[in-house]
Parts: sequence; structure tokens; C-alpha cells
Amino acid sequence: MSQAQTNKTRKTRSVFARLTSGIRRPAKIHDFHGGIHPPEMKHLSNGTPITAGPLPQQLILPLNMHIGAPAKPLVAPGDKVLKGQMIAEPIGAVSAAIHAPTSGTVSAIGPRPIQHPSGMDAVCIVIDTDGEDQWIEHQGTIDYTEKSPAELVDLIRHAGIAGMGGAGFPTSIKVNLGDHQRVEQLIINAVECEPYITADDRLMRERAEQIITGIHILQYLLNPRRTLIGIEDNKPEAISAIKRACKGCDIEVRVVPTKYPSGGEKQLIQLLTGKEVASGQLPAQVGVVCQNVGTAYAIKRAVCDGEPLISRVTTLTGDGVSQPGNYEVLLGTPVRDLLAHGNLAGLDIGRLVMGGPMMGFTLHNPGVPVVKTTNCIIAASPEELPEPPPEQPCIRCGSCAEVCPANLLPQQLYWHAKNDDLEKAQHHNLMDCIECGACAYVCPSHIPLVQYYRYAKAEVRQQAADQVKADKARQRFEARQARIEQEQAEKEARRQARLEANRKKKEAGPTAASTVDVAALKQASLDASKAYKAAVKAAKAAEAEGADNLAELKAEADRLKAVADKAKAAVRDAKDGAPVAAAPAEDTVAKLKKQVGDASSAYKAAVKVAKAAEAEGADNVAELKAEADQLKAAADALKAELREAKTNAPASAAPVTQADPVAELKKQVGDASSAYKAAVKTAKQADEDGADNAADLRAEADRLKAVADQLKADLRDAKANAPASPAPVAPTASTAAAAEQPDPVAALKKQVGDASLAYKAAVKAAKQADEDGAGNAADLHSEAGRLKAIADQLKVELRDAKAAAPPTPKAAPATTATTDSPAVPEEQAPQSLAEVDPEQAAKRQKRLKGLKTAYNMAHKQYKEAHAAYERAERNETASADELQAMQGKIDKLKAKADNARDALDALVEEAKADIRAHTGKDLKTLKLEAARAESALADKQQELEQQRSSASEDTLEALSSELQALESETQIARKALKQAVEEQGLAE
Amino acid sequence: MTAVLIAVAALLALAAVFGAVLGFASEKFKVEGDPIVEQIDSLLPQTQCGQCGHPGCRPYAEAIAEGEEHNRCPPGGQDTVVALSDLLGREELTLDDEGAEDANVAKVAYIREDECIGCTKCIQACPVDAIVGAAKLMHTVIVDECTGCDLCVEPCPVDCIDMLEVKPTLQTWGWQRPAGIGERPDSRIEVVNL
Repeated sequence: MSQAQTNKTRKTRSVFARLTSGIRRPAKIHDFHGGIHPPEMKHLSNGTPITAGPLPQQLILPLNMHIGAPAKPLVAPGDKVLKGQMIAEPIGAVSAAIHAPTSGTVSAIGPRPIQHPSGMDAVCIVIDTDGEDQWIEHQGTIDYTEKSPAELVDLIRHAGIAGMGGAGFPTSIKVNLGDHQRVEQLIINAVECEPYITADDRLMRERAEQIITGIHILQYLLNPRRTLIGIEDNKPEAISAIKRACKGCDIEVRVVPTKYPSGGEKQLIQLLTGKEVASGQLPAQVGVVCQNVGTAYAIKRAVCDGEPLISRVTTLTGDGVSQPGNYEVLLGTPVRDLLAHGNLAGLDIGRLVMGGPMMGFTLHNPGVPVVKTTNCIIAASPEELPEPPPEQPCIRCGSCAEVCPANLLPQQLYWHAKNDDLEKAQHHNLMDCIECGACAYVCPSHIPLVQYYRYAKAEVRQQAADQVKADKARQRFEARQARIEQEQAEKEARRQARLEANRKKKEAGPTAASTVDVAALKQASLDASKAYKAAVKAAKAAEAEGADNLAELKAEADRLKAVADKAKAAVRDAKDGAPVAAAPAEDTVAKLKKQVGDASSAYKAAVKVAKAAEAEGADNVAELKAEADQLKAAADALKAELREAKTNAPASAAPVTQADPVAELKKQVGDASSAYKAAVKTAKQADEDGADNAADLRAEADRLKAVADQLKADLRDAKANAPASPAPVAPTASTAAAAEQPDPVAALKKQVGDASLAYKAAVKAAKQADEDGAGNAADLHSEAGRLKAIADQLKVELRDAKAAAPPTPKAAPATTATTDSPAVPEEQAPQSLAEVDPEQAAKRQKRLKGLKTAYNMAHKQYKEAHAAYERAERNETASADELQAMQGKIDKLKAKADNARDALDALVEEAKADIRAHTGKDLKTLKLEAARAESALADKQQELEQQRSSASEDTLEALSSELQALESETQIARKALKQAVEEQGLAE
Repeated sequence: MTAVLIAVAALLALAAVFGAVLGFASEKFKVEGDPIVEQIDSLLPQTQCGQCGHPGCRPYAEAIAEGEEHNRCPPGGQDTVVALSDLLGREELTLDDEGAEDANVAKVAYIREDECIGCTKCIQACPVDAIVGAAKLMHTVIVDECTGCDLCVEPCPVDCIDMLEVKPTLQTWGWQRPAGIGERPDSRIEVVNL
């Protein structure tokens, strides 16, 4: 390389240097408004190097040493912790971790007095130190550039670093601004403007290299265009130390004139850059980030040495301590221990202040710990910091406004704060006050201005919080009102709909024919009860399946039941009303019958409902039963009425409608027996379902049978009257009587057919039950037997009727025929019959036997065919043609069976006539007696059964004695019947 | 004479034109609702306590707008009375709190949960739905939502609801107002006037 080249290079470099120096020309130091120059008092503590603080017995670590959310403890009382171990982790974005400052045992986590002007307690982790000061395993990063900024931010966050200048804002937030945020200037705050405090001064003097490393890390994280260190000119040693340390790197040291409060963030920014951070703005918004010099040091320790923030340099100063100076104090060290460490001479301490004299606060409890933000403890002698003098009235001197570094009007703020005129105070930018205390310092009236402002600020915040709460309460209140209104509107709508429906019903009621109405209501009732049954079934199915919605289904069923009940009630009401309204009083008996039928069906329905309810274990069983009883009483009353009407009817209208009562009675009998059959069927159904109420249902059926029997007896009576009454009135009208007589016979036949059908059905059911091995087979069999007895009885009746029919025409020619006349020949006849009795009886018995076998065979075949047909139909195995063929076969067999039965009946009839002739008593009477006795017995048994659970022993005894009497009666009646039947060879 | 007639006619014409414009504007820019009610309501503390005799703050705001006295809100205190006076241009009345001493103390309902029988009566009484619970199950107060109106206290059949004073926490603590002229500041005051 030639000389010329070297010169050229040198020249270029000097030009470049000049250019860069032009850019980096020592910038002008700006100024901010106001400020004061209080006595510095720094000489007390800045002469001695930093020494280690005490290792106290106990360390108290508040969970919120920083601004933001308290950290969450990771340890429990009793846990052993090592130095540097994280004992509380940051929660949320604005938070910082806490580490054990030394090794020891966590003795408590609970409220302790903390560094707060209120003197209140807060949750702290208390560590009993073990004196070993044993470090947890930790490792620093030699080259932090190997790590990504995000990793470093996380490391800083978990090292628990918060602003060391005094505010304690978590550093991880301030160094993690995001890519969009361009940082123009990174400002390192080393001003330390408050009197007394020398912690940063000593730190810079002794550990400048490490601070610079920390600043480099901050530069790496924030990538600022320029980095400035602001230092007051009253710390020349620190300035030179820092200048030495940052020689050759792009960090500018700016010396600012000593003035309080140059160390305020906004003031320092203004001093160094001329930028003003607007009200409500953050420094980052003007491209500036401010970090305390102590924070930079802590970052270096965390990143390069792997040591979290567990200690800080704190100035212990004041006239009250014998060894003022700076100590590297473990966080959590109670001030008491620090004082003991630095006040070996035991000087008299008048006032204890944490922080500087301008912005710190008096401590009332020396047990308060040193925390991350504690830069100074002033233990002042009584003379040094006397009690402040009393407040005097403001003389409006305006000194406060002159010194306010925030350019506010402290006097105006004072007035407004004093008068609680918060709105006006806010208009004067109360919230921009930095509470530096300059105004109060200069105030000749000793007005505690800062306290006024703090009070006003607290009030403003409180009001804002109250407003937020009030808005929330208003929202909730309005939401609730809206909800309630909606509910009421819905209720009202439902009510209106109901009223409307009722009104419509009422309107429709009178215009439409009441019968139609009743029919419609009945239909509705039926539908409702059907729906209810379906619902019950569904509920049962659900129960069987263990479905979840059982309760819902049951509720639904209950609802449907209620609907059905209502519908029934409506039907009843309609029926009660309808006949009255439309009573031409033409056919009261028919009406009554209908009513009786309705009432009894209502009763039955009620009983059924009650049973169902009982089976379900519903609460209203008792009510339902009572209702059923009521209905029964009504039905009984109606029946009695009907009987009365019937007995009256023949008397009043005998000549005109003689046949009517008989026909009606027949019809009634038919109704009763069909009701009975229905009851039997339900009972069977219940048996098959294994329902609990089967016994009840059977009893019900029995009762119905008794009713039917009674009706039959009535019918017989009526029939007995019928031939008799016309006789005297119109003896010549015997032909008419004869013409009428086939009618009852046919009806009886029909009844007999019905009864035998019912019997057959019962037999079938019993068989079915046998096959299924059901428990109730025996019951069913007995049921079938009972049915058979009825059928037999009916048959006997039929025979009687048939037998009665011929005698009348016979008697008719005998002109002497009177009411007594049938008795006379009957009395005679038995005598003649009795003579031929043995032979005739034997013959008849033989014929009977034959016929019976034939009938039985035919009937059995018929039954089998019918069962086969039904099975085929049910299983849908046969085609329609096959079914038809089967039907034909069934019909044929039935005809055959009927023929046989008819012949048999004729024979039985003969035999019965003989019996009558014999005993003077009708066979039917005998049978009736037997049947009545039996039903009475059954009733009594039923009663006994029912009473057993509830009644006293006396009643039970009375009942059982009654029962026994009835039993004996029944037996007698049976015996008589048997005898009579056997005598006539009718046993089979 | 003509000049007078012309002047009158011109004035009448102007009156008609402006009347039409004003009428149109009053229709076009009609303000829905009663803005004064909104303003009054925003000044009321929204405790919905009913101590004013109205079922909530808004009904009372409506009543004030219609002329009722504006000093019947004990939870709002005298400050609210003053604020309402300012707003309405009415005379500053003294608070009509029937001599209640602790009217301005923030309170919050607390259910002694062991004693709660789960009757839901307090839930129905709460104007801001701040009580949670179900029939035959324990109830509890959502403290953040409770306005301290004490409407739930009376319906409780077992008297298990207490109105507790809200104690300041570190977050809600605020500096007290200095004692005033002639008094030494609270010894906690930090400014030492070196």
C-alpha cells in the first residue's frame, strides 16, 4: 500500500468520522418546565462501596412487589427452597416472578405488612432462612445473541425483573413492544435526582461494565436507533466510569444539570430528546423506551449469569444510622434487619421513610420488607425530618405553578380537590400530576398539596369504578325488567287464549245440539285418555329401558291425565246438563239407563285412572279413589232411580207399552253384561301385564256381574209380570202376548250367545295364561268358571222363557186363566210329572249327555278353528283366501255347536220345568239365589281384603263373621241348586 | 300606508317561512325518548334499591323529570343531590335519608351459606340478579354484582343475609383528604419540605 493510498484512506475516514460525528454531535440538552433544587444529602451514603446486606432470620416476599397482577405461589408452607428458586410464577401479561433470595424453608404464606402507604397487609411468602445460602443450579448465557429476543423476553419475565427505579413495572412488557413499534431512542435513566439516594450512583461507579452489558441486551431486544444514558452532573465518578465502560460502543452518555425531578420519565425524555409525551400517552408512542440503570444491571445478571432478581442495591441513609451506605440487600429483608445491620451504634431514629424524601412514604412498621422497588431507606433523626408544620391558607403566591414539572396549575388543582370538584380538577389535568412534590416543597403555607392531589385522584378512580359498576347494575336491572315483562306478557297471552277458548266453547255450546256436543266431548275425552294411556305406556317403556327422560314422560303423562280428566269432567257436565236441557220427558227410563251406563263407565274410568295412578305411585291416588267412590255413589243412585222408574213405568204405561220394560230390561242386562265383560277383559289384560291392580279390577268385574245379575233378576220379574198382566186385561190378546214372547226368547238367546262367547274368551285367556305359565292362570280359570255359570244361568233363563211361552197359549184357551192360573196347573203338573219322573229323568239324562258331548265337540272344534283363525290373522301367516276358508269353517262349526246347544237347551228347559214342578221353586230362582249369595260373598271378601290393611281388628272380626255367615248361605244355596239339578239329570 | 302594509306582509311571509322550517326541523330531527331522563338516570347510583319509593333508578329518574324532589336517593348521597340540582337547575335540597347514619357506606349482601334453606326468595327480590342458587339449594351473592340495596334481607325467612361493609383492599384504597387548614398533615404524608 502506497503513502498516497494511505493518506486517501485516512482522509476518507476523517470525512466519514466528521459526518458521523455530525450526526452524533453531542445533542443539545433540552429543559423542562419548573423543577426544584432541594439539598442533595447524597454525601451521606455515596462515599462507601456497596456491601452485602444482612442475611435475616426471615424473608418476607410480597406477591405483588411489582405493578400488575400478584404472582401465584408455587410453594407451600414447609417446602424447602434454594437460593434463586422460583417460588411464585407470573400470572397474566403484567406480572413478574418471585424467587427465593436465599435457601431456607417456606414457613408461611399469608398476610404481612407490606410496602404500601396504606399500611395494609397483603399476602406474602415467608421464608425462614437456613444460613447456607445454597444456590439452585443455574446457568447464564455467554452470548445472548444466540437467543432470540422472544426467548430473552421470557427469560426476563421469569427472572422476575421489574422496573427498579421506583414504579416496578414488569420489564418484560417494556422490552417486548413488537415489530411494528419503532424505537427511536432507548434512554437509560441514571439521573437519580431525589435527595439522599445514591444506589444508582454507587452501582454505576462499581459495576459500569455489567450495566453496559445489560444495556447491550436491551439494545438487542429493542433495536433502538440511539441509546442515551442520562446522568445528573452531581455524579462525576459515575459519569466517568460509565463513559469508560461504553467507550467504543454506540451508547451516548448525556450529562444533565442537577434539578429535581429530572429523573421523572417524561421529564428525562424531554431533557434528552426534546419530545414531550402527551397526556395519557406512553413514551413508547413517541418512540422512546426508558429503563432504569438498575434494571439494566438486573437484566445482565439474569441473562448472562442466570441469576434472577433476588437482591438489589438499597441506600440506607439518614442521621439515624451509624453506617449509612449502599447495601446489596436480599429482597424480603425486613427494614428492621437492615437497620440493625446499618445502625450498629443504635442511634435514635425519628422517622423512617421508604423511598426518597420527596416521593417516598413514612413507614409505621419496621417489619415491612425491602422489595424490588426499594431504592432507599431513610432513617432520619428527629431533627433531620421534623413533623410537617400545620397547613396554612393558600396565599395564591403561584410558586407551585412555577415549579410544576408537568406544567399544571397546582393552585387550581388544590382548590378543586379541596372542594371535591373533581370534574374541574380533571379539566385542569389532575391525572397528569406526577406527584413529585415540588409544589408542596415550595409552598410557603405548608399545604400538603400532593396529598390533596392523591386524594382527588383516588376519588376520580373510585367514581370511574362506581360508574362502571352502576352501568353494569343498570344493564342487569334492565335485563331483569325486560325478562319479567316478557314473562308477564306470556302469562297474559296464555290467560287471554284460555279465556278466548272458554268463550268460544260457551258460544258454541248452546247453538250446537247438545247431543252433538256431548259426542264431540266424548270423542275428545276418549282421545285424551288414549293419549294419556300411550304416554303412560311410553313412560313404562322408558322406565324399563332406564331412559333419562322418565321424569319428563311421567310429567307428560300426568299432564295428559289431567287433560283426560278434564275432558271426562266436561263429558259428565255436558251429560248432566244435556238431558235436563233437552228433556222432553218422553222416555225417562231410557235416559236414566243411559245415564246409569255413562255414570258407571265414568266410575270405571275413574277407578282405572286411580289404579293407574296407584301403579305409578302418584300422589293423588287417594283423591282419585275418592272421586271414583263418588262416581260409584252417583251411579248407584242412578241405578236405584232407574229401577224405580222401571217399576213405575210398567204400572203407568203398562197397557200401552207392556213389552217396553222387558225389552229395556233386556237391553240393560245386555249393557250390564257387556260392561261386565269389558271389566273382565281389562282385568285379564291387567293380569297379563302383571299389573298390581288386577285383583281390584276383578273385584270390579264381580261387582258389575252382581249388577248384571240384579238387572237380569229384574228382567225376569218383568217377564214374569208381562205374561201375567196382559192376561186379565186382554185375555183374548194372548196371540199378541204370544207374538211378544218370542222376542224375549230371542233376546235371551242372544244373551246366552254373548255370555258363552265371553266364557269362551275367558277360557281362551286362561289357556293362554296356562301356556305362558302366568301366575294368574288360576284366577283366570275361576273367572272362566264364573262366566260359565252366568252363561248357564242365562241358558236356563232362555229355557224358562221358552217354557213359559208355550204355556200361555195353552192357558189362553182356558178362559178361567187368572194371575194365579199358571200356578194351579203347575201345581198339578208336578204331581203328574213326578210320577213318571225316574224313567223320564234317566232318559233325559242320557239324551242330555249325548247332546252335551256333541255340543262340546262342536264347540271345541269351533273354538279351535276360531283360535287358529285369530292366530293366523294376528301373525299374518295366512293369505286372505285361507282366512276366508277358515272363517267359513268356523261359521259352519259354530252353527253346528249352536244346533247342538239349542237341542241341549231344549232338553235342559224340559228338565228345568220339571224342577219347577218338583220343588215349587224355579231353577232360575235357585240359581239366582246361589249367584246372589256368591256375589255377596265375593263382595264381603273384597271388603275384608280392603279393610285388612286399614281397619281395626274389631271391624275385621265382624267382617269375617259376616263373611262366614255368607259363606254358609252360599253353600246352602249351592246345595239346593245342585240337588235340584242333579235330580233332573242336569248335572252336566 | 303602503309601506306599512308591505312591511307587515314581509314580516308575515318571513314568519310563515321560518315557522315552516322550524316545524320541519322539529319533525325531522325529533329526539326519541326523554333525554333528561337519561341524564338523570346516569347520575343516579343504580343500586336499584327502591329507597326513593320507586322500583329502581330509572323510574325515579322519570319521576324526577316529572317534578318529583331529587333528594330521595340515600345511596347516591348529597353528591348526587348536588349533581341533580346542577343538571336540573333546581334548588339544592338536603338529602332526605331519614337520618340514616351509614347511608354512604358501601355495603354488600352476604349469605351465611350454612343457614340458607334455598327458598329463592332473595333471588326474586334482587333487582340486579346478583344472587345465584336454586330451590332447596344454597344461594350465594355475586359480590361484584351486588349493589348493596339490602332488598334481599327482608324476604329471607331465616335471616341468613347480612349486609357487610365493603372493606378497602390494596386496589381500592385511596389517600384520605388532608385534615385541612390549621391541621398538621397526616403523619404519613411523604413530602418533608427539607
